[in-house]
Amino acid sequence: MPPGISTSDFYYILPELVLTAGALVVLIADVLLPRERRSALSWVTLAAVGATLASLLPFTSTHVEVAHGLLAVDRFALFFKIVFLVAAAITVLMSVRYLAIEGASPGEYYFLILCATLGMMVMAGGIDLITIFIGLETMAVSFYILAGFIKPNQRSNEAAVKYFLLGAFSLGILLYGMSLMYGLSGTTNLRVMATSFGAMAGDSRLALAVILVVAGVGFKIAAVPFHMWAPDVYEGAPTPVTAFLSVGSKAASFAMLIRIFVEGLPSASEDWRLLFWVLSIATMTVGNFAAVTQTNVKRMLAYSSIAHAGYVLIGIVAGTSRGITATLVYLMVYSFMQLGAFAVVVMLRRADVVGDELKDFSGLASRNPFAAFAMLLFMLSLGGIPPTAGFMGKFWLFSAAIDAHYYWLALIGVLNSAVSLYYYIRIVVFMYVKKETLGSEPTTSPTLAVVLAVAVAATLVLGVYPQLLFNVAAASARTLGAAGATAALR
Amino acid sequence: MLLAIPLLPLLGFLINASFGRRISKAAAGAVACGAMLASFAIAVASVVRLASLEPDSRAIVSRAFTWISSGDFTADFTLRLDPLAAVMILVVTGIGTLIHVYSTAYMHEETAPEYARYFSYLNLFAAFMLLLVLGSNFLVMFVGWEGVGLCSYLLIGFWFEKRSASDAGKKAFIVNRIGDFGFVLGVLLAFVRFGTIDFQQIARAAAPMSPEAGFGTISIITLLLFVGATGKSAQIPLYVWLPDAMEGPTPVSALIHAATMVTAGVYMIGRNAVLFAHAPATLTVVAVIGTATALMAGTIALVQNDIKRVLAYSTVSQLGYMFLAMGVGAYAAGIFHLFTHAFFKALLFLGSGAVIHALGGEQDLRRMGGLKRDLPITYWTFLIGSIAIAGVPGFAGFFSKDEILFRTFASGHAALWTVGLLTALLTAIYMFRIVFLAFFGERPPEPVAPAHPEEEEPAAKGGHATGPTHLAHPTHLHDAPPAMALALIVLAIGSVLAGYASLGGRFERFLEPSFAPERVEEVADRGLELTLTAVSIAAALGGIAIAAYFFLKNRRAADRMAERFAGVRRLLQNKYYVDEIYNGAIVQPIRIVSENALWKAIDVRVIDGAVNGVGEAVTGASDILRRLQTGSVRAYAASLFLGVVLILGYYLWP
Repeated sequence: MPPGISTSDFYYILPELVLTAGALVVLIADVLLPRERRSALSWVTLAAVGATLASLLPFTSTHVEVAHGLLAVDRFALFFKIVFLVAAAITVLMSVRYLAIEGASPGEYYFLILCATLGMMVMAGGIDLITIFIGLETMAVSFYILAGFIKPNQRSNEAAVKYFLLGAFSLGILLYGMSLMYGLSGTTNLRVMATSFGAMAGDSRLALAVILVVAGVGFKIAAVPFHMWAPDVYEGAPTPVTAFLSVGSKAASFAMLIRIFVEGLPSASEDWRLLFWVLSIATMTVGNFAAVTQTNVKRMLAYSSIAHAGYVLIGIVAGTSRGITATLVYLMVYSFMQLGAFAVVVMLRRADVVGDELKDFSGLASRNPFAAFAMLLFMLSLGGIPPTAGFMGKFWLFSAAIDAHYYWLALIGVLNSAVSLYYYIRIVVFMYVKKETLGSEPTTSPTLAVVLAVAVAATLVLGVYPQLLFNVAAASARTLGAAGATAALR
Repeated sequence: MLLAIPLLPLLGFLINASFGRRISKAAAGAVACGAMLASFAIAVASVVRLASLEPDSRAIVSRAFTWISSGDFTADFTLRLDPLAAVMILVVTGIGTLIHVYSTAYMHEETAPEYARYFSYLNLFAAFMLLLVLGSNFLVMFVGWEGVGLCSYLLIGFWFEKRSASDAGKKAFIVNRIGDFGFVLGVLLAFVRFGTIDFQQIARAAAPMSPEAGFGTISIITLLLFVGATGKSAQIPLYVWLPDAMEGPTPVSALIHAATMVTAGVYMIGRNAVLFAHAPATLTVVAVIGTATALMAGTIALVQNDIKRVLAYSTVSQLGYMFLAMGVGAYAAGIFHLFTHAFFKALLFLGSGAVIHALGGEQDLRRMGGLKRDLPITYWTFLIGSIAIAGVPGFAGFFSKDEILFRTFASGHAALWTVGLLTALLTAIYMFRIVFLAFFGERPPEPVAPAHPEEEEPAAKGGHATGPTHLAHPTHLHDAPPAMALALIVLAIGSVLAGYASLGGRFERFLEPSFAPERVEEVADRGLELTLTAVSIAAALGGIAIAAYFFLKNRRAADRMAERFAGVRRLLQNKYYVDEIYNGAIVQPIRIVSENALWKAIDVRVIDGAVNGVGEAVTGASDILRRLQTGSVRAYAASLFLGVVLILGYYLWP
């Protein structure tokens, strides 16, 4: 056993180990199973995700640092791990029929989904730049491949290559910033770093590091002006991958962002608050206004996803424990509505029709009332209309901003959500008040029905009774920082 | 108990939405009407219990659960029945039930799934409206506020074969977004100022303050809330959606766009009467906007040819009266007018629906006439509604309108009173114009060609071409079927009797706890009151006489007038060109910016350029790479880099 690592450390990373084992099982089963029975792999994948979720149970109130500060096992990480695993499970359910239509081999696909999830979990737990970086790369490389997974499809290929090139470029920027952080503090551990940066507030080298890390993280969360890749990649990638990318990858990047800035750079908080303030406004505004003119639903959802990163940044700017709570709440809520919306798009996919154009939604209300109602609910939720979960999430974000005296930010946020309703409601117009045209006939499958039911239930329940989620998120936000010290939050 | 009032219609919605495709039309209608009737019964029982309580503690509170609670902020999901809410729930469930019953006959030509869809929306609307009026804080109210907007939007676009219908739905939705933006900001600011969003707590916190002399925080809060009210209740400058909303089925116009939803703004001001009373600046704005809207909509109503559009502008105008009352501090009078207006305006809409139904979708007044003979029930009930809205003594509208005008004068707003009186005259004229054009004279045998084709409104044509059915001039007309007749007769009785609720100031005293601690001042000058009453009776009768002269005795005189004042007529017929002005000044610029600056410059050129290239390119990765090397990826990377440089530059700049 290498020095500094004890057996108990392996106990604390049990969920990650379970997930890794699950991923390997999928890979082996892919070889062992006969070709016609490979669709069973989705159940193996789901079982792996389920087992990982179950293995989180012993750690509901753990608060330790593992392997001398490489990873933290705390409620903050736990919260995000649940988001990732739920998103992964929903993505798998969504993929079953999609892969069958595309004729893509499921083995590697599910393996990569699990690998990406593993990367996300490491990112959420990482309190050391090295760990975070490894998690980030595990996730990113998996997504590069997944984005191009439909090999005969040029758009999919193009998305993969673009994502890879730009991802590598942004990673360079991020690494440069991280190396500056290391150079200035002599450590890669964020919590140790925070104390040594304590006396460095206002140092311009620290500001440079902050800027570079903001740019690198900004790319991952698709914040304007680092967002250019997102619409192309989202549109080109297979729809379930897009869904997972826009939910899982985004949530993981926010987890990383909170770890790095709130835990590692509290002394430079004036700098990054201001930066994120600008990014938040730019991201919301550009995302929403660009979405208004889209006619492709996937592309529209891509811009909508960009705009949502802007909303979530509001919580980061507020920086208070209420702000971080609002961020966590919103990411959870956002996962369900965004995944649900993509599930409806997957529903419209048929062998000969892509089904992601706005006109494919024409008259959906009379062709498939349940799908239309679900989509209506997701659109209202994304737009922040009560009594959906999206409203509660936005309400919490804006009130956190007001609480921290960021009035303009809240004002612009409200204005933006008013604008966003325009394009969300356009889908509703097509579904409910447009004549049936030759749209794509929605085909339900049991797995998709489960996805929709779960997303609808979550969107409604979290809207009508959000208190439990608020409490859990608040408890998670409180565990940020070293055990017992909540100095990280104002 | 209170919870059941909105829950029952919600249950009706769930049943019709889930099983509507499988059950018969009769069952769908029965479920919807039954849910409303049960809700009405519970509402009546609750109000009776409320009335038996002491005036000081006259409120029934039902707390469902703690909705949000975190540190200093809590919001409960609580319903609260007080006298003001009592009036509203009686209107919503009572008139709502009648309109549901009416709809079972009106919509009978729809297919079973469509029929169930219609009733599910209608029930959902009722549930949200009840939530809106029963909510004890802004958050619950906002749930209802948004919910009714959504249902209204879905019901306007119900006949989606009509392009104008889906456009109208969209317009209603977008215009209301602007209003809601103000409303949300008002609520957030109220939270910042008072630390709570509970109506009672805000009122308690505001009560001891002295009214703001200038334009302070409370003025801003109330003004923002009023922006929300102008959207929902169709006041200047956001009234433009309501006339277009008439594209929806007529019972929807009666329920949502006349009796209930559009009064939500008035109700909201009444609900926050204490807060508004502390912002005299806002109250002045409310009164002036209300009066201006009343006059403007009244003049437009004079020349419209679509029967539903006249009624729509009439609604806008009457809502203006209600805001005038709120603005001069006569909250009880405003709510009283809301109450009586709900009866006679619902009656008028349902009556016009009966006419349209009988004529197979005809909405143009110029193609009507002589319906008195064929549609006696419709005629008599419509006449009662018209008399009521015109303000003839003894009928409901007289009591409430007279009260508002009197309060306006008594509070020293002589100018507003004059405009209000003029509007009363206009009301009588345009209402009796409908009565005389539709029910008297003879129906023209052939569709009249419009005298000035360029002035023909497109909406009138759209309304003419569609509707439940379209039969070209049936020779024998059927009066309202029993379900429709029942609703008409009950509402007609209400349009007469509702006014007597205020005799001896009973209505006002009943409402008083809701507006406390603001005392409604007693005005003792009986002589002044009688004089003013005489003047407004003269206005009502004068208006009817004018209408009788022009549209009954001497229609040529009307044509001559129209020719002499052709410019004015064109201005009114085009509704002061407000839609065109909004289109040119707001819609087009936004579109240009969005399309050219954001869509064409960034998206089409950079991104679509790359994507379109895919189609042309021969298969093979080399092509992709070639294009990527010379095209977009480099641009994207540059933008990434540029972002960093910009931020750095900002920092390094001294």
